[in-house]
Amino acid sequence: MSRSIKGLSDRAVAWWFIAPTIILLLAINIFPLIWAVKLSFTNYRANRLNAEVKDVGLRNYERILTDPDIWMAMQATAHFVFWTIFLQTLIGFALAYLIDRKFRSHAFWTTVILIPMMLSPAVVGNFWRFLYQPQIGLFNYIITFFTGAEPSSFQMLGSVDLAPWAIVIVDTWMWTPYVMLICLAGLRSIPDYIYEAAEVDRASNWRRFWSITLPMALPFIMLAVLFRGIENFKMFDMVMLLTGGGPGSTTEVASITLKREAFEKWRTGYSSAFAIILFVAVFGLANIYVKALNRVKQR
Amino acid sequence: MSANNAYSVVEPTTTAKTVAAFLVILYAFITMIPLFWIVITGFKSPPDSISYPPKIVFEPTLEGYCNLFTTRSRQTREYVESLGPPEGICDEITRKRQMVIVGESNYWPRFQNSLIIAFGSTILAVFLGTLTAYGFSRFKVPLADDLLFFILSTRMMPPIAVAVPIYLMYRKLGLSDTALGMILLYTAVNVSLAVWLLKGFIDEIPREYEEAAMIDGYTRLQSFWKVVLPQATTGIAATAIFCLIFAWNEYAFAVLLTSGTAQTAPPFIPTIIGEGGLDWPAVAAGTTIFVIPILVFTILLRKQLLRGITFGAVRK
Repeated sequence: MSRSIKGLSDRAVAWWFIAPTIILLLAINIFPLIWAVKLSFTNYRANRLNAEVKDVGLRNYERILTDPDIWMAMQATAHFVFWTIFLQTLIGFALAYLIDRKFRSHAFWTTVILIPMMLSPAVVGNFWRFLYQPQIGLFNYIITFFTGAEPSSFQMLGSVDLAPWAIVIVDTWMWTPYVMLICLAGLRSIPDYIYEAAEVDRASNWRRFWSITLPMALPFIMLAVLFRGIENFKMFDMVMLLTGGGPGSTTEVASITLKREAFEKWRTGYSSAFAIILFVAVFGLANIYVKALNRVKQR
Repeated sequence: MSANNAYSVVEPTTTAKTVAAFLVILYAFITMIPLFWIVITGFKSPPDSISYPPKIVFEPTLEGYCNLFTTRSRQTREYVESLGPPEGICDEITRKRQMVIVGESNYWPRFQNSLIIAFGSTILAVFLGTLTAYGFSRFKVPLADDLLFFILSTRMMPPIAVAVPIYLMYRKLGLSDTALGMILLYTAVNVSLAVWLLKGFIDEIPREYEEAAMIDGYTRLQSFWKVVLPQATTGIAATAIFCLIFAWNEYAFAVLLTSGTAQTAPPFIPTIIGEGGLDWPAVAAGTTIFVIPILVFTILLRKQLLRGITFGAVRK
């Protein structure tokens, strides 16, 4: 099938179809990235247009890797990523398992459950700030209603101990449906005959779950973890509006630190170096993970 | 399970179904509480919205919506009483608070910006994405897998990381705080999703259709236009809605690269301030209006959702 358009070979047509996208991505993603790499070796500050720009070599990178603030941010990010993924996978898989019991009207309730993940993370962060208000907030009210704690005795966003969990709760509320949806696809991909064979072998329900359901849904669970992991490593909007990184810097995840360095302290060179490190980290971790995922799939 | 069905081990028992239904519906109710709360807060008066204990029963008012769309100034009682009869419900509500409406707020212009930028970038991304997906689906492109991975990898960068150089680039090109700049940026972010999703959809259309059309004398472009596109409508529509939702919801780029004329609604909503702090009913009203399109889209998309959120990796 190689019918040409007025003297254009199929190869030329393919080029015309693909090139605009590639050019756009080169202009808006790759060119800025290369520029960021270049800036990361300088002491450039975007708010001082006339200052002399000096080449500082690898000093920005050295300083980032030894900066205690950056390590604090990485710890906050790790806490956030670990707990959100853990809770979302647990609850998400459980929900998917329940929905897969195919009770009447399960399709309707699935759609209802999906709504939070479609919302704007910024808007979500903003209205959860309202729910978390000390005293008047609905979240605090419900907690005091069920536990009998003094309404003014705890502040979800103002306390160093609670704020890291406040952001985990909101993210879990928002993204559990995402994991649920992917797990549900995994459960539905398991062919019936395998369960029928297990029935013939008189395998217990427990055994069926551990030897069939879980291993066969595992690639899907891992895929969900991959997507959530990448997204939450980059987390900015929801946390920014909920806590702004506070109190102090207890919820200052990597992207918020980056924003502070780049757009508040205007250390453009330094923040570019940090951006590159983050990008390499996401990219590297994702690659390693995808390899592991493929190995599980082939099993 | 109806009686004439043969016994099946795959079909869960009635008890299992009942328990599952109970738990899932319970979860659905709990998960809806925050949204429900925001919607009703939009109809509360400012004192009701911050009362303790939180009020579920209250006298509904449109004050939040009025405050959302207007700017007001406080006046003396004599001045307010000296005015003629109020024009419209908002005027009446405002005067009860001893204030007068002095103008329109920025909510509607910001909402319009959101519409322009979201639709503009969606149309562009879907247009480019359809062409590119067709190219990858139907032609032998050298290094196709690498190029596709490159397209996907642009989505892995933290937005703030790219924002620094884009900020500098836009400043030089005069694209800072312009709708065009935001449209181009969102197009670049969305095009990776569009290519991956649409390639999946186009891959599913049998090549034989186009081949038959071309044997009948269609050119390549004609067969793309008249055979492939009509077959891919569902996929294109679903992709478009995903792009629209992303652009609609985006915050990080919007807050860093726009400040005034091109600002979209997400960075604006959290800044709605009344007297003495945030005007929560107005914020809730703004949030409700902003979220309604998303609810409609979710219902429209529910069958394609899985595909969209996994970049086409899981198709069911």
